[in-house]
Amino acid sequence: MSEPFEPKIIAFFCNWCTYGGADLAGVSRLQYPPNIRAIRIPCSGRLDPKFILSAFRRGADGVWVSGCHPGDCHYIAGNYYARRKFALFKGLLEHMGIEPGRLHFSWVSSAEATKFQQVVTEVTGIVKALGPAPHYIKKLAEVA
Amino acid sequence: MLTYTNKIQELAKRLLTEGKVDLVIGYRQGTIPMMNEPVQVKSADQTDQLYWDSFCGVNLANYLPRRTERIAIVAKGCDSRNIVVHLQEGQVKREQLVILGAPCQGMLDRRKVWGRLDGLEPLKALEDGQQLIVEGKGFKQSFDRSEFLQDNCAICTHRNPALYDELLGDLVPEQGGVDRYTDVRAIEKLDPEARWQYFEELLAPCIRCYACRNACPLCYCPTCFVDESRPQWVGKGLDQSDIRTFHFLRAFHCAGRCTDCGACERACPVGIKVRQFTKKLEKDVWDRYQFEAGIVLEGRPPLDAFRPDDQEEFIK
Repeated sequence: MSEPFEPKIIAFFCNWCTYGGADLAGVSRLQYPPNIRAIRIPCSGRLDPKFILSAFRRGADGVWVSGCHPGDCHYIAGNYYARRKFALFKGLLEHMGIEPGRLHFSWVSSAEATKFQQVVTEVTGIVKALGPAPHYIKKLAEVA
Repeated sequence: MLTYTNKIQELAKRLLTEGKVDLVIGYRQGTIPMMNEPVQVKSADQTDQLYWDSFCGVNLANYLPRRTERIAIVAKGCDSRNIVVHLQEGQVKREQLVILGAPCQGMLDRRKVWGRLDGLEPLKALEDGQQLIVEGKGFKQSFDRSEFLQDNCAICTHRNPALYDELLGDLVPEQGGVDRYTDVRAIEKLDPEARWQYFEELLAPCIRCYACRNACPLCYCPTCFVDESRPQWVGKGLDQSDIRTFHFLRAFHCAGRCTDCGACERACPVGIKVRQFTKKLEKDVWDRYQFEAGIVLEGRPPLDAFRPDDQEEFIK
């Protein structure tokens, strides 16, 4: 019998909120699934849609983007702009056939270690249930 | 519609002679029928090249970004909306432009005409009211022009120019009761796997020539993401994931800016319905932010603005 499927999830965290939340979850010794690979970005508004596509094409089973709650952006409004961008991006990605459960967004503040723990668990559970990503993985070698 | 030709020539001659503009961007007849091409006329004695019929589908707003001359430009409804987008994005200044607005009855798709000719070679295509008369060696056929409308023109709701200085003819009635998104909704109803396959088949013939990008007035970045190599966002080959990424990002860059002028689909040499991507975004932008690109000069495009109470049902 083969090993149970463990998804790879690329997680983009805003430096000021979710990254801090993840840190707090760590120092508080909260247990959560080890399937995420965290990437720190300055603000959720910094997240270029290309990052998400790149993650999927290189074999991520899921992508999770998390930033500050609306109104709490370190740069005042970055997450408001991001929210519009994410809404359209998610719509188009799912329209072209990526399963809805592969891409997740959340707002987690740096004080919400327990919310962080909950969301990781939830995201990992959903992606795990979907199984390995079947499409949209680059199969040919990257050439210049 | 042919009467516009005289009006365009007359206005072009006047504007160039009076020195109001440095050049006029319009259409002239191409070397084969039903393929009018863009032309830039710089002196009054060349204005007789300018031409108009129902095969002027090229979006002339594509020639405006980063121009410094004073320009007169022929603009259909969709072209004028793209000019408005350019103005909002600071690509050109209003005082540089004299917009010759062309109320439009919809442009015709040359491929649809070819399809009806059973391989006969058309040498001449003339319009007479609602009739399109196609002539060639040993044949002459007459069709109702409405059966050849470009897909985007058939569902167009902005036939009259949104912004103009001169009008080439009377404003035309807008099409009412059009459902713009029947095809998008049909795809939305499918399950993810079926949607994936739909787009897989849609994109299968793509040769990555980037004609859709080049024809699009919105694609004016000095370096396009497809040409970036460090990091390389899109591979150069024909890997299906690269083709997908290209079409996805090309469409996404047009989110909230696309006027559905159909230039991309018109330019595609292999006939891919690339508007299927942009239309989904157009629908979402309308559903979420009640915004249509290029209608009014004031305000910002939807991705350059926000409301604190924007919907966020998809965020945990």
